[in-house]
Amino acid sequence: MPDTVRGILPEPVRLVLVQVLSPTSGAERVPTPDYRLSQLETLEAESIHVIREVAAELERPVLLFSGGKDSIVMLELARKAFAPARIPFPVMHVDTGLNFPDVLEFRDKRVAELGVQLIVASVPDAIAAGTVKEEPNGSRNRIQTPVLLDAVEEHGFTALFGGARRDEDKARAKERVFSFRDEFGQWDPKNQRPELWDLYNGRIHLGESIRVFPLSNWTELDIWQYVLREEIEIPALYLAQEREVVERQGMLYAVNEFIRPKDGEQVRRETVRYRTVGDANLTAAVLSEATTVEEVIAEIAVTRMTERGATRGDDKVSDAAMEDRKKEGYF
Amino acid sequence: MAVPLHSPEAEHAHDLALARKDILRIATAGSVDDGKSTLIGRLLYDSKAIYEDQYEAVERASKGDYVDLALLTDGLRAEREQGITIDVAYRYFSTPRRTFILADTPGHVQYTRNMVTGASTADLAIVLVDARKGMLEQSRRHTFLASLLRVPHLVVAVNKMDLVDWSEDVYEGIRDEFTAFATKLNIPDLTVVPVSALHGDNVVTRSDRSPWYQGSSLLHHLEHVHVASDRNLVDVRFPVQYVVRPQSDAFHDYRGYAGTVASGVLRPGDEVQVLPSGLTTTIAAIDGPRGPVAEAFAPMAVTVRLTDDLDVSRGDLICRPANAPHPAQDLDAMVSWMTEEPLRPRQRLTVKHTTRTVRAMVKDVQYRLDVNSLHRDLTAGELGLNDIGRVRLRTTQPLFVDDYARNRVTGRFILIDEATNATVGAGMLTPAG
Ligand SMILES: Nc1nc2c(ncn2[C@@H]2O[C@H](COP(=O)(O)OP(=O)(O)O)[C@@H](O)[C@H]2O)c(=O)[nH]1
Repeated sequence: MPDTVRGILPEPVRLVLVQVLSPTSGAERVPTPDYRLSQLETLEAESIHVIREVAAELERPVLLFSGGKDSIVMLELARKAFAPARIPFPVMHVDTGLNFPDVLEFRDKRVAELGVQLIVASVPDAIAAGTVKEEPNGSRNRIQTPVLLDAVEEHGFTALFGGARRDEDKARAKERVFSFRDEFGQWDPKNQRPELWDLYNGRIHLGESIRVFPLSNWTELDIWQYVLREEIEIPALYLAQEREVVERQGMLYAVNEFIRPKDGEQVRRETVRYRTVGDANLTAAVLSEATTVEEVIAEIAVTRMTERGATRGDDKVSDAAMEDRKKEGYF
Repeated sequence: MAVPLHSPEAEHAHDLALARKDILRIATAGSVDDGKSTLIGRLLYDSKAIYEDQYEAVERASKGDYVDLALLTDGLRAEREQGITIDVAYRYFSTPRRTFILADTPGHVQYTRNMVTGASTADLAIVLVDARKGMLEQSRRHTFLASLLRVPHLVVAVNKMDLVDWSEDVYEGIRDEFTAFATKLNIPDLTVVPVSALHGDNVVTRSDRSPWYQGSSLLHHLEHVHVASDRNLVDVRFPVQYVVRPQSDAFHDYRGYAGTVASGVLRPGDEVQVLPSGLTTTIAAIDGPRGPVAEAFAPMAVTVRLTDDLDVSRGDLICRPANAPHPAQDLDAMVSWMTEEPLRPRQRLTVKHTTRTVRAMVKDVQYRLDVNSLHRDLTAGELGLNDIGRVRLRTTQPLFVDDYARNRVTGRFILIDEATNATVGAGMLTPAG
């Protein structure tokens, strides 16, 4: 298994996309009959617009890079926004000290390829220095925040690019693309600016900052499709691989540096992948057969399409059965 | 259990997920209790944008005979009850043909500001009415706001048809009233669909309960509405957003002007003019996200290279010499005001128009519009929170503008308070006079 994987574009899809998308020489006219962009091209353009706008209007932006798929896509969009020049701002990783080694390796490789500066804000260092205290449950999720804010202050960053998406949960559904923080880094939901068209207002007072979410309108499936189409490298953790796992409260945890089998826990081998790459001590894996990006997409898609049928006991949801039920009023 | 990847369902799901689609942006409007949350929940549910665990949570929380789909979008409802600021929430769903981004703006006092925000990017607006109540004052306001923002397509969903026994007369009465109103407002495309969000009739599939209705279901309409001709492909407008200069050995002489195409089609070899300098040159090449492209059109984000070494910077505009927007320092615009402190003559504001930001002074508030009756109050003298009116501004430097009706990108601007930096208004340019 290689450290990183590349999406393989299936032939039939490539045929569809090629009309508008393939890189062409300036002289060649590619037919774009209806002058419409696909959803991925539209989202890509929108994100690039946001990234450029921040670089143009804000003094010191920084891109938060975790090595997870969303931040990988965000970094790729930043690269495209300024190509062939380098990305004109550094990237920052808030290092909890609990990373999957693959992900750290990936981070360093990617940053080196792009020639961008990497700033590491270290949680273990902050714990050692006594600026934050370890939480009893071992999660460093919460204590990341003061470490991040200290780094922001130290470097004088005025804009932080984050990879959050609005489809992640209900609370995020109303988040702005430009989200304002006061001088304490706090968010005041009552005091957010209306966002009209694509006219972003990046004006801030000294000490204030903006969180910018260029992927706001992307869904999880969009991210995966983009990874596939653009052949973007991702850490191998995202793909299914046979691993030694232990089961805890119905969840599967791969045995690693941070997860050791406890007394009485059975270690078994399962084919699993990770849906997110968080802290290695707390992130569970899921059973999966998906060994390529394309198969991950199929898996996500099929989960959505059949889960209702599966849990409702009617084996297969044919289109006709669905139709009938709708006619009957459904539910 | 791992998901089986080699079943026919899996292949079908996979094909759908990878199909090339486009995006339709929708804004919804409706008064409280018209059934907007139920309708949106229904669209999300039936297009499978809802995960099973979310659905089950809703099922458990629902009381009575039906699953309360409104609970799927209840994030905002909770806020409403707590009296917290409510504004636009975005929802995502897709079908094999299209991806939809839905801006959900709950109806309440802050309505105008929120609906203007939600409608600003919309291709289509859905105005919901309760069949029992028909066209209310609020419905007029929603329709007017959609027309003010030039949302090209309007759908009126006549909801709760089950409560009027699917009466054709009721539907026709509402349809005729809307049609008459839409004609006054120059709304180019109006569709009126009788639905029951609660029971799902005419939402995803056509219902047997309305045999008299010949049109398509709401979702079918959303999937098929023709938006290709909504954009302006004629007037080339390329606001320069960022100057790309690699200053590396490999790209020593590279100088590109990055930006998002506002309108028109740009091609290498085209003769272009750069404003405000007025100098003309030729497009040498256009770089897209994947390298050089033969054409660029809205809303592509590209980098344009010119054959001559001109001094071009952010805020400049690239257009065609024979079709340039006019430089304007006197801006006549419909302004939607979004803050407590009223807009008054002599007030100083910052105007952000495309990528250009200039200072301006309010010259005159010509009238305030009553968004319910469309009556013009010429004596108002100022605009309060959620007011809309016609305003004249004088800017310190010229902007290169088009009428909003002709060009939604170069015809719009936002107003920024110089002291607080808050976004306080949205403007849509209108012809002078
Ligand atoms: N009978 C009937 N009731 C509906 C329909 N749509 C919504 N309702 C009910 O109307 C009430 C208000 O709906 P809700 O979606 O919360 O309205 P909102 O305030 O516009 O979001 C709820 O009790 C719904 O169940 C419909 O088509 N028929």
